[in-house]
Order: sequence, then structure tokens, then C-alpha cells
Amino acid sequence: MSDHDYRPKSRVGQWFNDRLPLLTLANHLTDYPTPKNLNYWWTFGGILTFCLITQIVTGLTLAMHYIAHADMAFESVEHIMRDVNYGWLIRYIHANGASMFFLAVYIHIFRSLFYGSYKAPREIIWIIGIIIYLLMMAAAFMGYVLPWGQMSFWGATVITNLFSAIPLVGEGIVTWLWGGYSVDNPTLTRFFTLHYLIPFLILGLVVLHIWALHVPGNNNPVGIDIKKPSKDTVPFHPYIVIKDGFALLMFMIVFAFFVFYAPNILGHADNYIEANPMVTPAHIVPEWYLLPFYAILRSVPDKLLGVVAMLSAILILAVLPWLDTSKIRSAVFRPLYKQFYWILVADVLILGYVGAMPAEGLYLLIARVATAYYFLHFLVILPVLGFKEKTLPVPLSITEPVLGGSPNLAAARNKESKIE
Amino acid sequence: MSEKKTKRRDFLFTATTAVGAVGAAAVVWPMIDQMNPDASVKALASTEVDVSSLTPGNTLTVLWRGKPVFIRRRTQEEIDEARKVKMEDLIHPERDEDRAKNPEWLVMLGVCTHLGCVPLNDKGDYNGWFCPCHGSHYDTSGRIRKGPAPWNMEVPKYEFVDANTIKIG
Repeated sequence: MSDHDYRPKSRVGQWFNDRLPLLTLANHLTDYPTPKNLNYWWTFGGILTFCLITQIVTGLTLAMHYIAHADMAFESVEHIMRDVNYGWLIRYIHANGASMFFLAVYIHIFRSLFYGSYKAPREIIWIIGIIIYLLMMAAAFMGYVLPWGQMSFWGATVITNLFSAIPLVGEGIVTWLWGGYSVDNPTLTRFFTLHYLIPFLILGLVVLHIWALHVPGNNNPVGIDIKKPSKDTVPFHPYIVIKDGFALLMFMIVFAFFVFYAPNILGHADNYIEANPMVTPAHIVPEWYLLPFYAILRSVPDKLLGVVAMLSAILILAVLPWLDTSKIRSAVFRPLYKQFYWILVADVLILGYVGAMPAEGLYLLIARVATAYYFLHFLVILPVLGFKEKTLPVPLSITEPVLGGSPNLAAARNKESKIE
Repeated sequence: MSEKKTKRRDFLFTATTAVGAVGAAAVVWPMIDQMNPDASVKALASTEVDVSSLTPGNTLTVLWRGKPVFIRRRTQEEIDEARKVKMEDLIHPERDEDRAKNPEWLVMLGVCTHLGCVPLNDKGDYNGWFCPCHGSHYDTSGRIRKGPAPWNMEVPKYEFVDANTIKIG
């Protein structure tokens, strides 16, 4: 922010920068003061950027060989797998890349939940993030339809039918989405178009997300406001670049494991059967990253209310900055919130598990309890906790507790050992 | 600004905005409507099915407008079972007499009214159909009895062209 007086050294650089200040922007990005106590949970922003670029590049190359037509889509995907040079590799990177993208985004979101990164003054960053997450789900869903296998077809049927729950206009909307009276070729071609478009919308929102981040600067594990630049910060380059780079390498090892050793483990065998509108597969299950919401949908016995509950479960996140009434950001200084946080993590994992199981008997009961708890966490526990919880003393700066200058030295040391 | 009197200029602003809005809507509508079913999709509106080979207790599934249609030649037991059900027991009350004009023949869209899966034949707690996706049970008249589906399976417009041929649509 404070580097508007930046001046390139070379004359050519100065000439260019006076006309388009790209070098000022580059200088801002390299010098950007970053809290020096960021841990590895903060490296997922960079990892997610890598995921987005990977999906765009592999998606572009796949689109050179894929044919968006109900009669040819399935065969063209097999053509990519068998005939196209390295087609198998590009497709496996793209398909598993979607899962890796969601793995990273869930870690990124839960990091924000733990350290209170969504709170003032970072609400807009958070809301843009939720919009990106919604677009990711739309892109992933439509991408899954493109191979035109059985899961593609029936997944598309079930998800588009969610709109039929809307009173009066629901059926009309579904027919409009399909471009016919069932999921068919017109549906496939428009899904392909939108699947191609959405990543670029996400890219634009990522720019806004980072822009909004660079206004207040990063939150940090202690969750306090810090002076920038100061003893509490380090420049983004080289410190954070190296740390992000190392984390990215670790992430790519996991990514490569799936691509090369278990490329189909996250998919469904049914999707290697061509779409057949006459037969529904015995178990329709969405991809793993949508399972918690699928469990919420199925746990409500009413069609319209089930859809409303599922959508609310996502949209409730957008108003989280106002539901969490606590002034303290980091869970490190919130002993009660920390416990509820881990219960929420467990709750979402349980929802994911029962979402993959048939909706009957004990599974259905568990899904209902977990769904109720999910909403209880956001609508009751968080608002009340802000008033009731006795928080721990927060250090005045990142450096002070380390150097022994903090009035809350003992408390801060105690906390630091707990983080580890 | 303080006086409330409408000026010539206010009128011009309002009129210009209104005309602009109508113009924008006129351009947006074709962009929206192009996604609705096109002429070639609508042209496939009816289909004729030869049902002479169907024996009682069996179901023929045909594709109409991209959706499966069940044509069930019901046994006497199934008809009796469907007709003796009390209206109070139904989630979506419809008389079997209205759903199957000719009691032996039940013609309906083989699409679960929950989220559009194809229910399985001769399954479920009511000897009719069972949807494997989210567990809706239908009776021998295709009426929803248990599960998340809100309505009975839809009966399309159809007629017997002759004794052996049904025209759907």
C-alpha cells in the first residue's frame, strides 16, 4: 500500500511504468508485508491458485479433443483415454484435479473458521470466497456431466430436478434448464459452454479476493491487528514465496499419487457405462466433496424443505461474519469456541460419511442429528458464545511475547505451546 | 432540489430510462428463451406403441420425449388392491379409476416425482414401484405412499388408437 512512490531503476522501466504502472503492482506484490508467524495452513491460497491454473490448462487441452454431443461425448472421452497422445494423463489430472481443488478449498475454509479470518475487516474477502466456492461446485457438477456416463446423466437429472421444488414456476425452470423434457443433447451442450466459462469467472473473482486481501493484509494465527510494515512482518518475497512453494511441492506429491496410482478411486464405476435414460443406477451418489450437502438434502423428508436446507447450509456461511459475535478472531484465545470448532469438523465429516450411505435406518437418524447440529452451530452456538465465552488475554503484538515485552507473557507462552 | 415540483428534465430522465429498460428487456428475452425446448424437440411430441405382446402382470417401458413411460398390463389382484385404498391413506389423493380409465392398463411417466430417477418395477412396500435413489414407494396405481416424493407418478395424455396400439402424447 505504501509503495506508490516506487520508481523503476531503468529508463525503459520508468517510461513504461509512467504509462501503465504494472511494475508498481509487481513491486507491491513482492514487498507486500506479511505477518511473520503465518503457519502452513496459510499456504493453501497459493495451492488453490495452482489448482485453478491446472484445471484451466488441462481443461483447454481436453476441449481440443472432446465432442459435446449426446451421441459422441462418451466415445470422445474414451478416444481421449486411448488414442490422444498423453490424453489419459491430461484427463486424469483434470478429473483428480477437481478433487484436489476441493480438498484444498476445504482446508482453506476451515483455516478461516479456526483463526476467525472472516471477521471485520475481512468480510468482503470471505464473501467473495463463498461465491468462488459456489461457482466451483457449479463447475464441478457440470464437468462431471460431460463424459455422459450413467452417473453424469443421473446426477444431472437429480440436481436439475432440485429446481422443480420451487412452487409454481419450478417445472418451467427445469424444462428451461434442460432445453427439452429430459436431460438430453441441449442440456449437454449448454453445460459444456458454462463449464468452459465458469473457471474464468472464478479467475476474475480470485483477483478481487486477493485485492480485497491486500487492503487489510493477512490475518495471522494470533489473530491480532499488526502494524505494516513492522517487526511483525516479512516481505512476501522471498519468505512467503519459498514457504508456499515448499507446501505446494508436498501437495503435488499427494496430487501425483492419485493421478498415477489411484486415478479412479475418487470416481464411480457407473460412469464408465454410457448414459441410459431408461435405467437409473442402484445408488446415485455425488462426488465426495458434495456429500455433506447431499446428506442434508436427504435428511429432510419434504422435497422443498430439503432443497431449502441444503442451500441454506451453504449460504449461511456468507453471513457468518455477523453470526459470530466474538471480538476475538483466533480460536487460540477462545477455549470454548475451539472445542465447538472441532465438533463442527467432526459433524461435517459425519455428514459426508452418511451422505455416501443409503438414506435409511440408522444412517438417516445420524444424518438428521448431524444436520440439526450443523445449523445449531451457526445459528445458536456462535451468536451466544460471543457473549458468554471468557476469552484468554491476547498479546499486543506478534513479536512481544517472544521478546518478553508482553504484559500477557505467561498467557501467551501458554497458548503458543498449545498451538504446537 | 428542495422543491418537489416535477420538472421537464425529470420527465425526460424517467421516459428515457423506461424506454431503455424496455429495449434491454427486448434484447435479453431472446437470450433467455433460446434455452427453452426448440422446434425439433417439440416435434417429437407423440409416439405410438404396439402393446399386443404384453401379457397381464408385465410392464413395457418406452421412451417418450426422452423420458421412460411405463405401460403396465395389470392383473386383477393389482387392480383390486389399487381400488380398495382409502383416499385418507394417500399422500396425493387420486382415485385409481381416474388414473387408469381402462383398469387393465396403467400408463404413466416412469419418473419419480422427487428428483427424476426411474423407479424399479415390482418393488417396494406396496407391490408397485420403488425408487432406488431416495427411497420412494409407489403402489399398484403408481401413487406415492411412502418416501420423499411429493406426487403420484404422472399420467400423460394417451389414447388407444386400436385394440393393440397406444398413442402417447
